[in-house]
Amino acid sequence: MVPLSWYISLSAILFIIGLCGALCRRNVLIVLMCLELMLSAVNINLVAFSYFLGNLGGQIFAIFVITITAAEVAVALAIVIALMRHKATLKIDELRIMKG
Amino acid sequence: MEQAFFLLFAIVAVVSAGWVVIAKNPIHSAVALMACFVQIAAIYVLLRSPFLAVVQVFVYVGAIMVLFVFVFMMLEIRQATLERFLPDRGWLSTLIPLLLGFILLGAIFSSPLISNMTPPVEPPSGSVRELGILMFTQYLLPFEVVSIVLLVALVGAIYLARKDDI
Repeated sequence: MVPLSWYISLSAILFIIGLCGALCRRNVLIVLMCLELMLSAVNINLVAFSYFLGNLGGQIFAIFVITITAAEVAVALAIVIALMRHKATLKIDELRIMKG
Repeated sequence: MEQAFFLLFAIVAVVSAGWVVIAKNPIHSAVALMACFVQIAAIYVLLRSPFLAVVQVFVYVGAIMVLFVFVFMMLEIRQATLERFLPDRGWLSTLIPLLLGFILLGAIFSSPLISNMTPPVEPPSGSVRELGILMFTQYLLPFEVVSIVLLVALVGAIYLARKDDI
Protein backbone atom coordinates (compact mmCIF):
# COMPACT_ATOMS: atom_id res chain seq x y z
CA MET A 1 0.00 0.00 0.00
CA VAL A 2 1.28 3.47 -0.86
CA PRO A 3 1.19 5.87 2.11
CA LEU A 4 -0.71 9.12 1.78
CA SER A 5 2.39 11.22 2.33
CA TRP A 6 3.92 9.93 -0.93
CA TYR A 7 0.96 11.12 -2.95
CA ILE A 8 0.99 14.52 -1.27
CA SER A 9 4.74 14.86 -1.74
CA LEU A 10 4.40 14.06 -5.44
CA SER A 11 1.69 16.69 -5.64
CA ALA A 12 3.85 19.23 -3.81
CA ILE A 13 6.87 18.54 -6.05
CA LEU A 14 4.83 18.90 -9.23
CA PHE A 15 3.29 22.11 -7.87
CA ILE A 16 6.72 23.56 -7.10
CA ILE A 17 8.05 22.64 -10.56
CA GLY A 18 5.02 24.32 -12.13
CA LEU A 19 5.50 27.40 -9.93
CA CYS A 20 9.19 27.64 -10.89
CA GLY A 21 8.23 27.44 -14.55
CA ALA A 22 5.48 30.01 -14.25
CA LEU A 23 7.85 32.45 -12.53
CA CYS A 24 11.01 31.83 -14.59
CA ARG A 25 9.88 31.39 -18.16
CA ARG A 26 9.13 34.43 -20.28
CA ASN A 27 6.93 32.77 -22.91
CA VAL A 28 3.18 33.21 -22.34
CA LEU A 29 2.34 29.76 -23.69
CA ILE A 30 4.84 27.98 -21.43
CA VAL A 31 3.56 29.95 -18.44
CA LEU A 32 0.06 28.70 -19.31
CA MET A 33 1.30 25.10 -19.52
CA CYS A 34 2.95 25.46 -16.12
CA LEU A 35 -0.37 26.68 -14.72
CA GLU A 36 -1.96 23.48 -16.07
CA LEU A 37 0.73 21.50 -14.29
CA MET A 38 -0.01 23.25 -10.99
CA LEU A 39 -3.75 22.59 -11.32
CA SER A 40 -3.08 18.91 -12.01
CA ALA A 41 -0.91 18.73 -8.91
CA VAL A 42 -3.77 20.12 -6.85
CA ASN A 43 -6.06 17.50 -8.38
CA ILE A 44 -3.77 14.71 -7.18
CA ASN A 45 -4.20 16.08 -3.67
CA LEU A 46 -7.99 16.12 -3.96
CA VAL A 47 -8.17 12.56 -5.26
CA ALA A 48 -5.66 11.24 -2.73
CA PHE A 49 -7.64 12.62 0.19
CA SER A 50 -10.86 11.41 -1.42
CA TYR A 51 -9.48 7.86 -1.46
CA PHE A 52 -7.95 7.92 2.01
CA LEU A 53 -11.04 9.44 3.65
CA GLY A 54 -13.47 7.21 1.75
CA ASN A 55 -15.42 10.22 0.51
CA LEU A 56 -16.23 10.66 -3.17
CA GLY A 57 -16.64 14.44 -2.89
CA GLY A 58 -12.96 14.94 -3.67
CA GLN A 59 -13.31 13.18 -7.00
CA ILE A 60 -16.34 15.29 -7.89
CA PHE A 61 -14.39 18.44 -7.15
CA ALA A 62 -11.45 17.16 -9.18
CA ILE A 63 -13.85 16.80 -12.12
CA PHE A 64 -15.02 20.38 -11.56
CA VAL A 65 -11.41 21.58 -11.46
CA ILE A 66 -10.70 19.82 -14.77
CA THR A 67 -13.77 21.50 -16.31
CA ILE A 68 -12.77 24.95 -15.10
CA THR A 69 -9.24 24.34 -16.39
CA ALA A 70 -10.56 23.55 -19.85
CA ALA A 71 -12.60 26.78 -19.84
CA GLU A 72 -9.59 28.74 -18.58
CA VAL A 73 -7.31 27.38 -21.31
CA ALA A 74 -9.85 28.21 -24.02
CA VAL A 75 -10.19 31.82 -22.84
CA ALA A 76 -6.45 32.24 -22.22
CA LEU A 77 -5.49 30.97 -25.66
CA ALA A 78 -8.09 33.27 -27.22
CA ILE A 79 -6.48 36.16 -25.33
CA VAL A 80 -3.04 35.06 -26.58
CA ILE A 81 -4.28 35.03 -30.18
CA ALA A 82 -5.83 38.49 -29.76
CA LEU A 83 -2.56 39.74 -28.20
CA MET A 84 -0.52 38.37 -31.09
CA ARG A 85 -2.71 40.29 -33.53
CA HIS A 86 -2.33 43.42 -31.45
CA LYS A 87 1.29 43.40 -30.27
CA ALA A 88 2.97 40.48 -32.11
CA THR A 89 4.95 39.28 -29.12
CA LEU A 90 4.81 36.31 -26.77
CA LYS A 91 7.23 37.69 -24.18
CA ILE A 92 5.56 38.41 -20.87
CA ASP A 93 7.80 41.38 -20.09
CA GLU A 94 6.64 43.22 -23.19
CA LEU A 95 2.94 42.72 -22.51
CA ARG A 96 2.28 45.66 -20.27
CA ILE A 97 -0.71 47.41 -21.77
CA MET A 98 -2.43 46.99 -18.41
CA LYS A 99 0.46 49.01 -16.86
CA GLY A 100 1.26 46.14 -14.50
CA MET B 1 4.22 -3.99 -6.01
CA GLU B 2 1.91 -0.99 -5.82
CA GLN B 3 4.75 1.08 -4.40
CA ALA B 4 6.99 0.12 -7.29
CA PHE B 5 4.35 1.23 -9.78
CA PHE B 6 3.81 4.46 -7.85
CA LEU B 7 7.52 5.21 -7.89
CA LEU B 8 7.73 4.49 -11.61
CA PHE B 9 4.81 6.81 -12.43
CA ALA B 10 5.99 9.49 -10.00
CA ILE B 11 9.55 9.57 -11.31
CA VAL B 12 8.43 9.78 -14.93
CA ALA B 13 5.91 12.49 -13.99
CA VAL B 14 8.51 14.60 -12.18
CA VAL B 15 11.10 14.20 -14.94
CA SER B 16 8.66 15.17 -17.66
CA ALA B 17 7.39 18.09 -15.57
CA GLY B 18 10.96 19.31 -15.27
CA TRP B 19 11.34 18.93 -19.03
CA VAL B 20 8.27 21.15 -19.51
CA VAL B 21 10.07 23.93 -17.66
CA ILE B 22 13.55 23.39 -19.14
CA ALA B 23 12.79 22.70 -22.82
CA LYS B 24 13.64 25.54 -25.17
CA ASN B 25 11.17 24.62 -27.89
CA PRO B 26 7.51 25.06 -26.81
CA ILE B 27 6.50 22.00 -28.82
CA HIS B 28 8.86 19.86 -26.73
CA SER B 29 7.29 21.37 -23.64
CA ALA B 30 3.84 20.41 -24.88
CA VAL B 31 4.87 16.81 -25.53
CA ALA B 32 6.51 16.55 -22.10
CA LEU B 33 3.37 17.98 -20.50
CA MET B 34 1.31 15.33 -22.28
CA ALA B 35 3.57 12.59 -20.88
CA CYS B 36 3.20 14.11 -17.42
CA PHE B 37 -0.61 14.12 -17.69
CA VAL B 38 -0.65 10.46 -18.74
CA GLN B 39 1.42 9.59 -15.66
CA ILE B 40 -0.99 11.54 -13.47
CA ALA B 41 -3.87 9.55 -14.99
CA ALA B 42 -2.02 6.37 -14.03
CA ILE B 43 -1.72 7.69 -10.49
CA TYR B 44 -5.48 8.24 -10.43
CA VAL B 45 -5.87 4.55 -11.30
CA LEU B 46 -3.64 3.69 -8.32
CA LEU B 47 -5.98 5.84 -6.20
CA ARG B 48 -8.97 3.70 -7.34
CA SER B 49 -10.62 6.44 -9.38
CA PRO B 50 -10.69 5.05 -12.92
CA PHE B 51 -13.37 7.46 -14.15
CA LEU B 52 -11.21 10.44 -13.26
CA ALA B 53 -8.24 8.84 -15.05
CA VAL B 54 -10.32 8.54 -18.21
CA VAL B 55 -11.53 12.14 -17.87
CA GLN B 56 -7.93 13.28 -17.36
CA VAL B 57 -6.79 11.58 -20.56
CA PHE B 58 -9.78 12.82 -22.55
CA VAL B 59 -9.75 16.42 -21.41
CA TYR B 60 -6.07 17.16 -20.84
CA VAL B 61 -4.34 14.95 -23.37
CA GLY B 62 -7.16 14.97 -25.88
CA ALA B 63 -8.57 18.48 -25.78
CA ILE B 64 -6.22 20.87 -24.00
CA MET B 65 -3.01 19.65 -25.63
CA VAL B 66 -4.58 19.71 -29.08
CA LEU B 67 -5.64 23.30 -28.37
CA PHE B 68 -2.09 24.22 -27.31
CA VAL B 69 -0.45 22.60 -30.32
CA PHE B 70 -3.03 24.21 -32.61
CA VAL B 71 -2.20 27.64 -31.21
CA PHE B 72 1.53 26.93 -31.58
CA MET B 73 0.95 26.20 -35.23
CA MET B 74 -1.15 29.34 -35.69
CA LEU B 75 1.38 31.63 -34.06
CA GLU B 76 4.94 32.29 -35.03
CA ILE B 77 6.92 30.56 -32.28
CA ARG B 78 10.42 30.82 -33.67
CA GLN B 79 11.09 34.10 -31.93
CA ALA B 80 9.86 32.56 -28.68
CA THR B 81 12.52 29.85 -28.80
CA LEU B 82 15.23 32.52 -28.73
CA GLU B 83 14.26 33.81 -25.31
CA ARG B 84 16.84 34.10 -22.59
CA PHE B 85 16.14 31.35 -20.07
CA LEU B 86 16.58 33.25 -16.83
CA PRO B 87 15.57 36.90 -16.62
CA ASP B 88 17.16 39.45 -14.30
CA ARG B 89 15.30 38.38 -11.20
CA GLY B 90 15.84 34.71 -12.07
CA TRP B 91 17.56 33.65 -8.87
CA LEU B 92 14.73 35.06 -6.77
CA SER B 93 12.02 33.37 -8.77
CA THR B 94 13.65 29.95 -8.33
CA LEU B 95 14.70 30.45 -4.73
CA ILE B 96 11.26 31.32 -3.40
CA PRO B 97 9.49 28.25 -4.89
CA LEU B 98 12.30 26.00 -3.64
CA LEU B 99 11.93 27.47 -0.16
CA LEU B 100 8.18 26.92 -0.34
CA GLY B 101 8.82 23.33 -1.48
CA PHE B 102 11.06 22.57 1.50
CA ILE B 103 8.46 24.01 3.86
CA LEU B 104 5.70 21.93 2.22
CA LEU B 105 7.67 18.67 2.28
CA GLY B 106 8.76 19.25 5.85
CA ALA B 107 5.18 19.88 6.90
CA ILE B 108 3.95 16.78 5.04
CA PHE B 109 6.48 14.40 6.56
CA SER B 110 6.27 15.77 10.09
CA SER B 111 2.48 15.77 10.29
CA PRO B 112 1.19 12.85 12.41
CA LEU B 113 -2.29 13.22 10.87
CA ILE B 114 -1.04 12.46 7.37
CA SER B 115 1.39 9.68 8.28
CA ASN B 116 -1.22 7.83 10.36
CA MET B 117 -3.95 7.93 7.74
CA THR B 118 -4.86 4.62 6.10
CA PRO B 119 -7.50 4.01 3.43
CA PRO B 120 -10.81 2.58 4.68
CA VAL B 121 -11.20 -1.18 4.55
CA GLU B 122 -14.08 -0.95 2.10
CA PRO B 123 -13.56 2.22 0.07
CA PRO B 124 -16.42 3.47 -2.10
CA SER B 125 -16.10 1.86 -5.49
CA GLY B 126 -15.77 5.16 -7.37
CA SER B 127 -17.80 3.77 -10.24
CA VAL B 128 -19.48 6.07 -12.74
CA ARG B 129 -22.85 5.15 -11.21
CA GLU B 130 -21.88 6.28 -7.72
CA LEU B 131 -20.19 9.45 -8.98
CA GLY B 132 -23.19 10.31 -11.12
CA ILE B 133 -25.66 9.84 -8.31
CA LEU B 134 -23.55 12.04 -6.05
CA MET B 135 -23.05 14.69 -8.71
CA PHE B 136 -26.72 14.99 -9.57
CA THR B 137 -28.02 15.00 -5.98
CA GLN B 138 -25.63 16.55 -3.50
CA TYR B 139 -23.52 18.55 -5.96
CA LEU B 140 -26.27 19.63 -8.35
CA LEU B 141 -25.80 23.38 -7.79
CA PRO B 142 -22.01 23.37 -8.45
CA PHE B 143 -22.68 21.26 -11.54
CA GLU B 144 -25.09 23.87 -12.91
CA VAL B 145 -22.70 26.70 -12.06
CA VAL B 146 -19.90 24.89 -13.91
CA SER B 147 -22.12 24.46 -16.95
CA ILE B 148 -22.78 28.23 -16.99
CA VAL B 149 -19.04 28.88 -16.65
CA LEU B 150 -18.37 26.63 -19.65
CA LEU B 151 -20.98 28.47 -21.71
CA VAL B 152 -19.52 31.85 -20.77
CA ALA B 153 -16.01 30.63 -21.61
CA LEU B 154 -17.21 29.39 -24.99
CA VAL B 155 -18.80 32.73 -25.85
CA GLY B 156 -15.85 34.67 -24.44
CA ALA B 157 -13.26 32.67 -26.37
CA ILE B 158 -15.12 33.19 -29.65
CA TYR B 159 -15.52 36.90 -28.93
CA LEU B 160 -11.87 37.43 -28.00
CA ALA B 161 -10.43 35.59 -31.00
CA ARG B 162 -12.53 37.45 -33.59
CA LYS B 163 -10.82 38.75 -36.68
CA ASP B 164 -11.48 42.48 -36.25
CA ASP B 165 -10.13 44.76 -33.52
CA ILE B 166 -9.85 43.71 -29.87
